[in-house]
Formats: sequence, structure tokens, C-alpha cells
Amino acid sequence: MAAPTTLPSALADAVRDESSLRRFLHGLPGVDQVGVEQRAAGLGTRSIKKASKMQAIDTAISMVDLTTLEGADTPGKVRSLAAKARRPDPERPDVPKVAAVCVYPDMVKTAADELKGTGINVASVATAFPSGRSTLEIKLADTRFAVEQGATEVDMVIDRGAFLSGRYGLVFDEIVRVKEACGDAHLKVILETGELVTYDNVRRASWLALLAGGDFIKTSTGKVQPAATLPVTHVMLQAVRDWHTQTGELRGVKPAGGIRTTKDAIKYLVAVHEVAGPEWLNNHLFRFGASTLLNDLLMQRRTQTDGHYSGPDYVTVD
Amino acid sequence: MSDRISVAKTYKLYIGGAFPRSESGRSYPVTDHKGAFLANAAQGSRKDARDAVGAARKAFPGWSGATAYNRGQVLYRVAEMLEGRREQFIAEVSAAEGVPAKKAQSLVDAAIDRWVWYAGWTDKIASVLGAANPVAGPYFSFSTPEPTGVVAVLAPQQSSLLGLVSVVAPVIASGNTAVVVTSQDRPLPAITLSEVLATSDLPGGVVNLLTGRTAEIAPWLASHADVNALDLTGAPESIRADLERSAAGTVKRVLRARPSEDFTREPDLSRIRAYLETKTVWHPMGV
Repeated sequence: MAAPTTLPSALADAVRDESSLRRFLHGLPGVDQVGVEQRAAGLGTRSIKKASKMQAIDTAISMVDLTTLEGADTPGKVRSLAAKARRPDPERPDVPKVAAVCVYPDMVKTAADELKGTGINVASVATAFPSGRSTLEIKLADTRFAVEQGATEVDMVIDRGAFLSGRYGLVFDEIVRVKEACGDAHLKVILETGELVTYDNVRRASWLALLAGGDFIKTSTGKVQPAATLPVTHVMLQAVRDWHTQTGELRGVKPAGGIRTTKDAIKYLVAVHEVAGPEWLNNHLFRFGASTLLNDLLMQRRTQTDGHYSGPDYVTVD
Repeated sequence: MSDRISVAKTYKLYIGGAFPRSESGRSYPVTDHKGAFLANAAQGSRKDARDAVGAARKAFPGWSGATAYNRGQVLYRVAEMLEGRREQFIAEVSAAEGVPAKKAQSLVDAAIDRWVWYAGWTDKIASVLGAANPVAGPYFSFSTPEPTGVVAVLAPQQSSLLGLVSVVAPVIASGNTAVVVTSQDRPLPAITLSEVLATSDLPGGVVNLLTGRTAEIAPWLASHADVNALDLTGAPESIRADLERSAAGTVKRVLRARPSEDFTREPDLSRIRAYLETKTVWHPMGV
């Protein structure tokens, strides 16, 4: 096991070998389940209106990783998604563009060609997404292929089976190897919190991913229910904040799956501001993995600017 | 022994097949024609209207996609349920409109008959209003009536049950879904109707009933981009022009029905026809 960056001594100690890693992860303070759920619910009731709401909507739009991960994806669909990423609301040029387009590795080239020079990132899921059940060689080849095709961000899945059976070293090494294979591309580590069962596990997996060098920790693939939830995102935001306190580095969080409405998105932004801090309120450190959310954000934005409610007939169907 | 204190009800809205409180938390007292207290009704807000439109939009594919025969069966079932609540309706109509029991009875019977009349139309609309068009070639051309979508209905202010049924039934008979703003001062028969609809086979969201101030809710429905048609029957005279103007902003169909309409008169097809689009399809001859 090798630490990917120079870490403070306490953390460098944690990644020395598998048993010290286990000791470190199990030595993390337990999550107060009732407390975190109550805090998430409490912050969710905060009312955001008028100008603040408008700003929240624009911020949320700029944080969207516009995603299509279907077996039925075609180059045409990816191209139209890229067009939407560049100009989410064609009648209103002041709408910000989204952060990234997220596709399967074989669609990366199509997306990269469409998004060249726009500043929009191309994210690709890799490593035998969504289950992660394959050999390390295949996962690495998958990652290298995505990067060669032009992906600037890679969303990997961790081996949940290994994590749940306590083989943390295996999970750690996999992340380190995938990070190497990524080269300059940013690595987002999908924890699939819906399969991790407890908040304690989410906290451990978050720290594991951060120790191994993940630039982002992401809640879920979107293929497993429950996907992203507010309390889980709270726990992960605490992890990146604590990481920042200990190392001075800023790492990101990406909730994905199940966030469909503007109201939900704003609740997440409030959580980011309150749990992690205002410096996380940008698309370098916080993203939404979503497809239908963007339409709702655009409709709510129109409601704010037009003074009447909008409808799905006025946004593109994707 | 002291007199029993009656249990005064506080009713809620009917949105998406459920009975939520108004988002605003408001309610208002409903009185009979002499001013005596009857019950509290929820005072719907613009956000309730928005939720109701969302529920109606969600219900539209299922309801418009159901076979006309099935829609007819569901509406007949509603009529059966109306019949079961006949006594309650008579008492409520009598209290709200200040008519003697005998007159109230005939109004309620007319309302139930009106519902049955529209239920019978569901599977006949296509053959009466559609057509097989004559063409000079080896083709077929058909025109079929299709439901418009979500219809916002401002129910008549005076006729609390017969009027309500006469404006709601034609909307849903052809497969539209409805967001109804009930009579402001006489909402109780409408609330009872919502209880009937909730316990019949009508899918949730096909009819949504909002009680409250018509002048407060109507402008939001008229301007809402996801509403396809607007019935002005119960609109206050002072805001009619404004409602039409904002409805034009998203090219809604507007039914300019007068508030003075006499609902005891025999109905015709005009209210069904008001919320239909005609779809014409050319069919090349089969292989």
C-alpha cells in the first residue's frame, strides 16, 4: 500500500498497511443516526426565496453533471444531451452551462467532440459500472479507455462486497490503481451508499476514498435504491470538511440519483453551506448527478423570471 | 342535560386523490344562506393550485389513455356513489342555496342524472364528433377528437352542485383532467363530491378540487403554462378580461361561459366539444 500524496503523520500512519487502515477506519467516531437525520431534516425546512432562490437555481444548474447511463443510449442522444449541456435553456442565454456530461465509456468520444472548447467536462463511468464486479485488469482497462477517448473525469465504483467483508486494503489499492490510470482526469469514487447499510460504513468508505486519493466522493450509481439521501450527504460533507481541516486539501462531494426537484437541490445546497462551508458552493467541489433535475431547475427559473408557473412543454424532453 | 355540542368540521383540499391541508395553512368559515356557521373549508393558495396542476398533469396520460368504455364505467360508478350520498347532498344544497328541501331534491337528482348523461357520452364522442373523411385516392383519412389536457375550471358561484357537475363531468368525460376552483361561498357540496370521487374508481388526480377565493387562485391557473384550457364560468366579472389575457399568453383554450348560465336546462355537446382537439390522420392503404 502506498499513500498517494504526502499526508500528515496521523493519516500517513493509517495507510501504512491493511491492519492500520482497519484500525484507523474503525477508530473513526460513530455517526449519531438520530442526530444527523434530525439535522438534515431541520436544515431542509429553511426557506429560500426570491433573489436567493434565483441564485440557488443558477448555482445548482452550474453544478449539474448531466447524466445518461442507459443501455439504450445512442450517439444521437448523447449529442442532444451535449447540446442541452451547452445551452440548457436556448431561449434564455443567461442560464449558466452545466458542469459536465456523464456517459458510458463508449460514448465519451461523441460527447468530447460535441463539448470541445466549451469548458464543460466529460465524465465517464468506468470500472465495470454499476456493480464493479470484474477483475482489476478489466477495471483499469475500462478507465484507460475512457481517458483515452477524452474523459476529463472518471466516476469509479468501489468493490462493495470487499468493503462490507472488511477487506479495506483491497478497496484502497483498487482506488489507488484507478487513480493512477486516470492520469490528469479527476477521479470520483462512487460509494454506493444504498448498499453500505449504515452511516458508520458511509463515513468509513468516505475516509477510505479520500485516503486513497479520490478527488470527489459520490453517493451512488443511481441504479440502486435508495440513492442519494440528505443525511448520507451530510455524513460525506463532514468527511471532506474534516479532511480539509487535517490536510488543507479541498475534496468534493457528488450526490447522485433521486434528486429530481429544485426544492431537493436547494436543500442540498443549504447542507453544503452549513456542513462543509461556503467554499464548497461551486462546481469544483460539489456536483449533482442528475438528468431530470435540470428540467425542473429550468422550469423553476422560468417561474421566477416570467412571474407565472411554467410547464414541461417548455423544456426539452431528453 | 345540556345540549350536545356539534362537531364542526374543517375540510381539506382534494389534490391527486389525497386530502391535503392548504400549503398556506389557511381556512375560512362557510355559512349557510342566512349566515349561520356550517363548517370550515381550506383556503387554497397559488401553491396548492400549482400542486393540483402537477397532479392533473400526472394523471392525464392514464386517464386519456384509458378506453372510452372504461371511462364510462368509472363515471357510472361515480353516479352510483352520488346516489348513495343523496340525502347529504340535498341537505347541503338546501343550506347553501337557501332553497326548500323539495327544490334541493330536484337539483340533486338533476345533478346525478347530468353525471349519468355525460358518462354515457364517453364512448360516443369519437363517432359523433370524429369523421372518416372523403379522399380522392387509395387512402383513408380519419379525424378523431382528442382531449386537450389539463383544464382549469372556475366552477359556478351560485349553483353549488348541479352547476359544478355540469362543468366538471364534460371535462373528464372526454379524457381531460381537471383542476376545479369551487364556488367560494358554497363549497360544501363540492367537498362532498370530492369525498365521492375519492372513494369511487376515478384515478387520483383526474379531478382536483380547490376551495378558497376564486379571485386569488384563478390568475395563477390562467397564467400557468402547463394548463391547456380554462373555463371562466365562475370567474368574477372584474377579473374576466385579465384572466383571458393571461390565458392567451400560453394559448389556452378559453370557454367564455357566462356566470348566469341556467344549469337546469337540458345540456348539449358544447361543453364536451370545448375541450377537444381534432387529430386528422392519413392512412395509406395496407400492404
